Amino acid sequence: MSGNAQEKRDNREKDAGRPPLGSVMVVGGGVGGIQASLELSGLGYSVYLVESSPSIGGVMGMLDKTFPTNECSMCILSPKMVEVASDLNIEVLTLADVLSVEGQPGDMRVRLRLRPRYVDAEKCTGCGDCTAKCPVKIPDPYNAGLNVTRCIRVPFPQAVPGAAVVEGSVCRYLQKGKCGNCVKVCQAGAVNFEDREREEVFRVGMVIAAPGYRPFDASRKTEYGYGIYPNVVTSLEFERILGANGPTQGHVIRPSDGREVRKLAFIQCVGSRDVTVGNGYCSSVCCMYATKQALIAKEHLPTVEPTIFFIDLRAYGKDFEKYYTEAEARHGVRYVRGLVSGIRERQRTKNLLLRYLDEGGCMREEEFDLVVLSIGLEPPCGLAEGLGLELNDHGFARSDPFLPVLSSKPGVLVCGAAQEPKDIPDTVTQATAAAGVASLELHQARGTLLTRREYPPERDVRGEEPRVGAIICRCGSNIGGFVDVPAVVEYARTLPGVVFAEERLYACSQDAQEWIRRLVEEHRLNRLVVASCTPRTHQPLFRETLRSAGINKYLFEMANIREHCSWVHMQEPEKATRKAKYLVKMAVEKARRLEPLAEGESEVIPRALVIGGGVAGMNAALHLAGSGFPVYLVEKEAELGGLARNVHFDYRGEDVQAYLRQLIEGVRREELITVFTGHRVADVSGFVGQFRTLIQDDEGRETLLEHGAVIVATGGGEYRPAEYLYGEDERVLTQWELEARIAARDAGLRRLRRAVMIQCVGSRDEERPYCSKVCCTEAVKNALALKELKPEAEIYVLYRDVRTYGFREDLYRKAREAGVVFLRFDDGLRPRVARSGGSLRVTVPEAGLGEEVAIHADLVILSTGIIANPDNSELAPMLKVPRNAEGFFLEAHMKLRPVDFATDGVFVCGLAHAPKSIEESVAQAVAAAARAESVLCKEKIVTEGVVAVVDEERCSGCGICVRLCPFEAITLDRERRKAAVNPSLCKGCGTCTAACTAGASRLQGFRADQICEQIEAAATAWEG
Amino acid sequence: MTEEKKEGRAEAGGEDDVRILAFLCNWCSYAGADLAGVSRLQYPPNVLDVRVMCTGTISPYFVVKAFQEGMDGVLIAGCHIGDCHYLKGNYMTAKRFQVLREALKFMGLEEGRLRLEWVSAAEGEKYAEVVRSFTEQVKALGPSPLRRKRARAVKGEKGAA
Repeated sequence: MSGNAQEKRDNREKDAGRPPLGSVMVVGGGVGGIQASLELSGLGYSVYLVESSPSIGGVMGMLDKTFPTNECSMCILSPKMVEVASDLNIEVLTLADVLSVEGQPGDMRVRLRLRPRYVDAEKCTGCGDCTAKCPVKIPDPYNAGLNVTRCIRVPFPQAVPGAAVVEGSVCRYLQKGKCGNCVKVCQAGAVNFEDREREEVFRVGMVIAAPGYRPFDASRKTEYGYGIYPNVVTSLEFERILGANGPTQGHVIRPSDGREVRKLAFIQCVGSRDVTVGNGYCSSVCCMYATKQALIAKEHLPTVEPTIFFIDLRAYGKDFEKYYTEAEARHGVRYVRGLVSGIRERQRTKNLLLRYLDEGGCMREEEFDLVVLSIGLEPPCGLAEGLGLELNDHGFARSDPFLPVLSSKPGVLVCGAAQEPKDIPDTVTQATAAAGVASLELHQARGTLLTRREYPPERDVRGEEPRVGAIICRCGSNIGGFVDVPAVVEYARTLPGVVFAEERLYACSQDAQEWIRRLVEEHRLNRLVVASCTPRTHQPLFRETLRSAGINKYLFEMANIREHCSWVHMQEPEKATRKAKYLVKMAVEKARRLEPLAEGESEVIPRALVIGGGVAGMNAALHLAGSGFPVYLVEKEAELGGLARNVHFDYRGEDVQAYLRQLIEGVRREELITVFTGHRVADVSGFVGQFRTLIQDDEGRETLLEHGAVIVATGGGEYRPAEYLYGEDERVLTQWELEARIAARDAGLRRLRRAVMIQCVGSRDEERPYCSKVCCTEAVKNALALKELKPEAEIYVLYRDVRTYGFREDLYRKAREAGVVFLRFDDGLRPRVARSGGSLRVTVPEAGLGEEVAIHADLVILSTGIIANPDNSELAPMLKVPRNAEGFFLEAHMKLRPVDFATDGVFVCGLAHAPKSIEESVAQAVAAAARAESVLCKEKIVTEGVVAVVDEERCSGCGICVRLCPFEAITLDRERRKAAVNPSLCKGCGTCTAACTAGASRLQGFRADQICEQIEAAATAWEG
Repeated sequence: MTEEKKEGRAEAGGEDDVRILAFLCNWCSYAGADLAGVSRLQYPPNVLDVRVMCTGTISPYFVVKAFQEGMDGVLIAGCHIGDCHYLKGNYMTAKRFQVLREALKFMGLEEGRLRLEWVSAAEGEKYAEVVRSFTEQVKALGPSPLRRKRARAVKGEKGAA
């Protein structure tokens, strides 16, 4: 397979004259599909997001927390889901299955089956009245079946679309023609039993498959008694038990009797690394999620004693190792290296007896209250049948070895766990990369199918007296059932500045928006207050309405009388009404003082700077150039290629050097890329859209580059060992040195009798407490290569955990089958290497046997770790981006923004971010290029109106705000002694306003005088 | 009127319930309060909330002002340390809070009238519990002396008129 999408594109452009379609279908509404859709919309394409269940969100939407930050999963996903829902260029098609995909890149036809929802998602308000009256109970799929819900229900509170769905197969009306309670009770008239299944063909330019994975069916491992013993649960079920919004509200209790759990066991590799169930691969995420669940369980219930039974603890990702070691050392999570062979249940207590083989070969038994099976990830359904993709040996989508988002089928890209089991950040990275590759194919059609809203000119309301319109929403009975809405309307009419107040059944409905536009006209309103639900979901809608009525959208304020009032004071209608009145008063008082805010605009220089000419940097540059954007590629060395020059073949046997030559050739040939080898970055100034970077060559000659975005691809370094006689004895090599000899077919290797590989050299130690991720695969790969050269040679690998994650596990199994001997040593008990006669004597305290093993070897090969590029320390302050304790760059968000920095317009990829494999670097590079493209493809960048401003008359130039600003958005003019905020950099937190002693710094939309009005309004409301 | 309610009135010095103002950060605690609503968790209706982008923007002046205007309690709720949407706004709040507590003493108010809590967007139950327990706490302290003073002043004005 060729790794070059560029080449394919060139070929196709020759034979097809027709412009491509500027739309993409994304299949799968989990975090990968959501990310790809948002990215594509930002890149200028219209999107169909297809999901087979009733809501987008996927598995991430079911998770309680995410590793290694223990961040709340829904809290970070839900805003993305709302963004999808409000994006005019993303159409969400739920309850839809792909039947077939045909066509060529640029012109694809996808046939979908659209199953009935029986509820009109446009009309449904998600009030839940239907659920309350539905007589049919079903296991709640969102809670993994641990509790019951009703046949008609909103899938979960944050669902998108937030509409109810009917489970047709059990609905009493659909099955027996009886009931129909939901139809009667629905005030919005949204239930529609006439809804029917249909098929439809969609034409799009490209297809991105992000169907995720299928959880392993734990009942297939009969020895664990899942489905028979009530206190054996899967990890996904346990995730829901931990969820504050789950069936037990996060109480760590067991299903059989609701008793609090004390002894909690996790069994790893259930359905992974297990050829007996047909899954030879490692599921990559289970070690970390089990660690997370153990930690969260302890957080919820400190008396819990969690034990994790594992084979190899695979904490290979960024900051995973620290998470694992702290879980063990500081939080008391017990890790037991042992294979659990079976579980028995004690009849009376329903406790569970785990039988396991410890490392010394002893059979042991231990009793637990609850057992969690860490189930693996299996390939999803429909990859071959619906999407027509070729599969690999494990049933996952076969993909390009260097750019894993390229599937076997032209026009279809693949990302996420359907390609290989992976965690959230890797999924997000691939999804972004897939969007980038789709854009590479379709960029000529960019923007052609976009829907743009047209707005009337904005009325200048400055100088006008505030004329507030107050809309009080009943939200069906959600507000109206508990709050005396007419009384609130009456009250609102008495408030100063209010010229119009009225109630509305659903203020958010489409016809209500039309009505509001008319009101603005008729009553010459210049401020709008809507008292309804939360601004977090509905403010964008009403702001949009106001804007379409010719009023600045910042002249809007919301009173949350549903989530913060009617729903939480259901038993006290009088007091709820009183509170609703007060909340309305506070909103009106603030609204009166709102002023129109301008959204800033700044020009974008449509060029990119890529720092670093390794595999990551070259891929990023090629992708941007392929989409039509000029790129400056700056490399400090005289040659392009970076660290990959040391790698000759990858774990699947692909020729890395050939790939590298092809990349370098591509970069040299591409007219849009200007290469500066032998140059370093000397200075960076400016901000997103308009950076100015000074680069210097070895002789100090300077060049000034102007560009709109920056991609940091500075790569990493190799740890140079001082231990194990390296540098003293020529028989001690690094893996890369060995690899060079293997590639050169070194004759000496054919005489090899015995070689020892030592893992974790420079990794997972006190100085570098992280895993270098690639060395285990590297060692196994080279061990096999040696075995191939000389089958009789004895190869020993001295390791701590073999971290051959994903499909790399195949290689590990193959190595064991080929006779490679793996000996484990414990942390802190390192092997020793000494010269002994004509050979090298390696001694290692073997952990399983508990005895010291001595091996006389001809060669000792050190698996050296990857270190951060020392240049990062100079570059970081220039770009105003952070690094972590180990010197790698720190991304904006570990889960959902893996290639972004918090600084807009600056992106990161490859080893500069963390140790990773070549194909992971390439995916990240293409993702970073796509993110940069989303900046460069815009003519102008709109900056948010809620930013800080400095009143120069009051500013004393003390500079406190300059030091406090987390985004370095404030600068001090030393001569004039005045601070100034750059609105392009300000994120609107308002930290500066609270610290300014002179009251000169103000956050627009949240000015001190506006907040004080709210405070006063709250107080005076109470006084009546 | 139930016994409980009578008691509440008696405690509040014959006036209505205690009055609490809550400052909630947009990204975590406001969302946590939303979740409490979505989950229909019930809590006392004594809290009025002000949404701010970050707790880091809450000037001590706002808190002092709230008490001066006659609030009996002030709650500040933001993202957990390390989760701040703006990186470190809640650190500033945590620091400022120490100063604020001192200022409260200076104003002659009990420490228990001011509370700082970290409530994430997932902690609807925690938000409800915070409001319940804080309301209880402020109830036990009764109306703030500043409110009583203010009420007397207002009465005086009315009497003079």
